[in-house]
Amino acid sequence: MKAFAALLDRLAYTPSRNDKLRLLADYFAATPDPDRGFALAALTDGLFFRLPLRRILGELVEARVDPVLFGLSRDYVGDTAETIALIWPASETSREPPRLAAMVETLQSALPMEVPSLLAKWLDQLDATERWALLKLLTGALRVGVSARLAKTALAEWSGVPLADIEEVWHGLRPPYLELFAWLSGTSPRPEMEGRAAFRPLMLSHQIEDRELAGINPVDFVAEWKWDGIRVQAAHQAGEKRLFSRTGDDISGSFPDVVEALPEGVVLDGELLVMRGREVAPFNDLQQRLNRKSVTPAMLKSHPAHIRLYDMLFVGDEDLRPLPFIARRARLEAWHKIHAPLRTDISGIIDFASVAELEALWAGARETGIEGLMLKRRDSPYIAGRPKGHWYKWKRAPLLIDAVLMYAQRGSGTRSSYYSDYTFGAWRDGEDGKPELVPVGKSYFGFTDEELKELDRWVRNHTVESFGPVRQVEPKLVFEVAFDSVHRSTRHKSGVAMRFPRIHRIRWDKPAEEADRLETLTALIVD
Amino acid sequence: MRPDKFDSWLTVDRRGLLCRPGGFYIDPHGAVERAVISHGHSDHARPGHEHVLATQETLAVMQARLGTAARRGTQKVAYGEKLKLGEVTVTLMPAGHVLGSAQILIEWKGARAVVSGDYKRRADPTCPSYELVPCDLFITEATFALPVFQHGDARGEVAKLLKSVGQFPERSHMVGVYGLGKCQRLIALLRAAGYERPIYLHGALEACCALYESFGVKLGVLKPATGPKRDELKGQIVLAPPSAIADRWSRRLPDPVTAFASGWMRVRARARQQGIELPLVISDHADWGELIQTIAETGAEEVWVTHGREDALLHHIKSTGRRGRALALIGREDEDQ
Repeated sequence: MKAFAALLDRLAYTPSRNDKLRLLADYFAATPDPDRGFALAALTDGLFFRLPLRRILGELVEARVDPVLFGLSRDYVGDTAETIALIWPASETSREPPRLAAMVETLQSALPMEVPSLLAKWLDQLDATERWALLKLLTGALRVGVSARLAKTALAEWSGVPLADIEEVWHGLRPPYLELFAWLSGTSPRPEMEGRAAFRPLMLSHQIEDRELAGINPVDFVAEWKWDGIRVQAAHQAGEKRLFSRTGDDISGSFPDVVEALPEGVVLDGELLVMRGREVAPFNDLQQRLNRKSVTPAMLKSHPAHIRLYDMLFVGDEDLRPLPFIARRARLEAWHKIHAPLRTDISGIIDFASVAELEALWAGARETGIEGLMLKRRDSPYIAGRPKGHWYKWKRAPLLIDAVLMYAQRGSGTRSSYYSDYTFGAWRDGEDGKPELVPVGKSYFGFTDEELKELDRWVRNHTVESFGPVRQVEPKLVFEVAFDSVHRSTRHKSGVAMRFPRIHRIRWDKPAEEADRLETLTALIVD
Repeated sequence: MRPDKFDSWLTVDRRGLLCRPGGFYIDPHGAVERAVISHGHSDHARPGHEHVLATQETLAVMQARLGTAARRGTQKVAYGEKLKLGEVTVTLMPAGHVLGSAQILIEWKGARAVVSGDYKRRADPTCPSYELVPCDLFITEATFALPVFQHGDARGEVAKLLKSVGQFPERSHMVGVYGLGKCQRLIALLRAAGYERPIYLHGALEACCALYESFGVKLGVLKPATGPKRDELKGQIVLAPPSAIADRWSRRLPDPVTAFASGWMRVRARARQQGIELPLVISDHADWGELIQTIAETGAEEVWVTHGREDALLHHIKSTGRRGRALALIGREDEDQ
């Protein structure tokens, strides 16, 4: 538990992805089985403890700490679990803390009535950081800024085995991942995946460049719409039905409606959407479903999910990936005609005769649900990763507004001495009839390192007031902000939320009064 | 004025805590005729007093930081030396907070009052250890007076820093430290852990380190952080005042890991707010356990609480049957920054 707690503690404060990878790789290298396997499970959301944790902890703390002192402490710390970890009285009889694996295994086999005393015993044996880590583990949400994919990337870096190979076996394996670690440390062969529902790493596309566009011709390429959902892989093999995200996370639990409908013996590639009738709903609606681990019947009804199919990787035992795209596509269409599973359809092929015709299509692509165009070589096999020269995406042109910088916040990591996170606003009429700025978005990218230095200097020289790491600045600097779309939002004062806002240009030249008004944004709302 | 009625002879006015029969203030906020100073931190040792009485080390710190310790005269006292001031007897006793820090024992007509100043009870290789002084009235600090503050072994925190230095050899480690006390204690702890490489200092820390060394505290090889080339600082430990670590000064360092040695680092939100990547819980103040242990051990029936989080400590004092009171002293900052 000591090493695991130290790892979580360090990860929670480490902003840089590369530094996180190093911390994880060092941990996997230094920690024996089965501890590291359970740690990996915890980091990839693979451990669940269904415990009435809040009630148990409440009772344990009440018996040990004066309630007035606990209340004052809770108010100061701001988090109940952390307060308990910090306030737990040091035990006189503290012994060597138990190992992570021992705790997980004990808990998995414990009767509900045994849990409170087990927990009390452990909390006595642990120090404050270890107690914090234990409570995080038990709540099932570590929140240390490590995604399942990052943890797998660390495994790849540590072992030298390609990430795609790890992802391919991942879903056939279970904690504490003894087979996996044996393979990665070179002491046993790759785990056998025959007959298990496994994730097959996706084939991804490149953003098309102008010179490449000129070379696109209808003899070699087909075009499809790029739908505005999330890329998924749907598999039903060996009696298991699974829905995987692009990065191999199992999201079946959030989308039982599409998973149920999958016929046996197939691996499909497509876009997950929310669809009402034949209408693709805005991305925001899909977001509502993505954010939930379990889904309510009401949600299933109001936000029905759907897969728009792009490709087919397996049918029966046959691996279609070596076939040309056009051949896979024909198999997909034939298969779909027979099975026609509910909540699926096939993404249509768009006819075009020339690049000019494509450009016209692309420029007109403003309809809900369309993010741009996809161009695919007719003869491309399905290759994991992002192979060059096969698939291109051509995202529709971004929307732009001119907004005024209002607040700047210090960045993290290497940017911690720079004011690099910017909140910008648009004009509207205030209550007194005078124009006022209302924040409409926040962004910390889109500019160069040189521009960051200039912006940092500007912020320091135009500060009106400081609130901790945040500075309010004079409303004088205009950003041209690019974004993909804008949605209604009840969480923001402005009533709008932008998707992927980035600083497109810094308009040093433009007077702030000439920046856009809020109405310009509300007019672009699609939902 | 009655000896058993403490608030008749120890009173608070806008300049600070006044001992009326002794004719002096203790750590006054405003300039006064006669001041007794517990230690050299700037919220206790302020400029402009006519006469100052303190330990030799504290006077030296005041001299170094303020240019002069007093306008007219200074008087140095050794720990344990009894001194008559007006009608009272004053004795300075080690407080274990920083070099020269003292508790102030005031005896008047058989009554004993102790002003703790800032103190800690854990070992510190750079200053004499706290000594318990039994008393009737104990006036205590309360910087970390919440039961969530239980400072662990500082050696464990230093081990955490050294592990990170080993793990990220291409980065520098920039540790925010308070210039007087924390800086030198951290250096001494690093040396005790076997770290013998040069330690690099922000310019603002150099004078205090030199002062400690002049009093015989060995700190090993120290180098200025502003001279060397960027690459020389890779894999090195650099100490800087808290105000410098998140600001432009830090840009001279190669990809620094931002650390901060402070008791506040025990609370995650505090570390996150300041963008700290490696929080080190090292405090020069008493934690909750030390505060309540000390209150009990002094035998005081009455306890006054100065700066800090007095609600929780007063609740504890009253629940243990003692008389308690919060002293609202102006000018005390959120300490241990």
